[in-house]
Amino acid sequence: MKFIDEYRQPELAKKLVDRIHLRSKKPVRLMEFCGGHTVSIFKYGIRQLLPDTIEMLSGPGCPVCVTANADLDKAIALAQLPDVIIISFGDMIRVPGSYSSLQKAKAEGCDVRVVYSVLDAIQIARENPDKSVIFIGIGFETTAPTIAAGVLQAEQEKIDNFYILPLHKLCPPIMKSILDLGEVRLNGIVCPGHVSTIIGSYPYRFLAEDYDIACVVSGFEPLDILLCIEMLVEQIENEDYKVEIAYRRGVKPEGNPQAISLMENVFEVGNADWRGIGVVTESGLKLKDKYEKYDAEKNFEINPGPVREAKGCLCGSILRGVSIPLDCTLFRRTCTPEHPVGPCMVSSEGTCATYYHYGDDDGG
Amino acid sequence: MCLAIPALVKSIDGYQAEVEIGGVSRRASIQLTPEVRVGEYVLLHTGYAISVIDAEEAEETLNLLREISEAS
Repeated sequence: MKFIDEYRQPELAKKLVDRIHLRSKKPVRLMEFCGGHTVSIFKYGIRQLLPDTIEMLSGPGCPVCVTANADLDKAIALAQLPDVIIISFGDMIRVPGSYSSLQKAKAEGCDVRVVYSVLDAIQIARENPDKSVIFIGIGFETTAPTIAAGVLQAEQEKIDNFYILPLHKLCPPIMKSILDLGEVRLNGIVCPGHVSTIIGSYPYRFLAEDYDIACVVSGFEPLDILLCIEMLVEQIENEDYKVEIAYRRGVKPEGNPQAISLMENVFEVGNADWRGIGVVTESGLKLKDKYEKYDAEKNFEINPGPVREAKGCLCGSILRGVSIPLDCTLFRRTCTPEHPVGPCMVSSEGTCATYYHYGDDDGG
Repeated sequence: MCLAIPALVKSIDGYQAEVEIGGVSRRASIQLTPEVRVGEYVLLHTGYAISVIDAEEAEETLNLLREISEAS
């Protein structure tokens, strides 16, 4: 396929790997923020191709994984209300909350449906005027503009049975939060590709300027990722920290102004609860007051009960880059893709699922 | 979850477009990329085109990769 196959050429990959080996002298630790990057890195065996000087860590960039149990419990409680249809993106319904999951709620008779797009959710709302249709709004900046567009469409069509449970999260604030926790020392960040398609590369400048961290936005094909790592190594070897883009066909420094404008029209920045990290100020998106009639939290009364975390599950520290799945005693034993204990094993781009499918026992 | 794939825009009707991905056609919203023209590629994410793929930049990246390859 065009714009994919060209970035999978083995001979160019080999030359890039040679160059990385030649240039990389200092021991460095790089974090790929995005779960999609984690999958590509494992799928193409990139870790094994890198010199010993380069350590790769997986970050918190999987929206399903970082959704806190408290928020998941709210979604399940909403599903249990009468005359409600809960709409979700795929993996989310299998994540265990404190007491249940959306999938279990569905098995018990709740109307829980999986869609590909918020447009599908709006269609379900049109077809079911006597039901309240609640969309579980997870995702980063990549997805939030599409949900904003959906809210505006519902308003335009005067669909009054469509609601959002707004759980959208923002990438730059959580990168800052992870660095400020001080648990992991990073030299470079493989910045998320499609989040940056929307927000551009400017929002990462604080990482280079205030934290001396090399930043390169990457695409998802093997050559994209190797080029990104080569550029990170170059910055670090030269001690010249900046934000660069290795994915120029998909990312402009200024991002997508139309998408940003839609997002800012519908949402405002608010606090968000991150699994393993807790509530981080100004790291999420909430519906603006003028759209509160679409806000499920403000329009339905629920009592999800006290939050419980799964005993022994290390998802929280894996998301902070402090642990890897192999540190978890549940991994591959009681926690598998068929019977996941934590969300990182559920999501197709969760770190645990990726290790399970592609990793070997030395971690890569 | 931030997966987005290249899709060729075949026709446009307002904010709706018909796009082709590996020979398969589907509808997509171009509300986030109103500037797109027929014949261009977009990155498709959850039913929305989130950006128009910059074909010139794509070629330049490949040139850069070839230069690195020849230099080493």
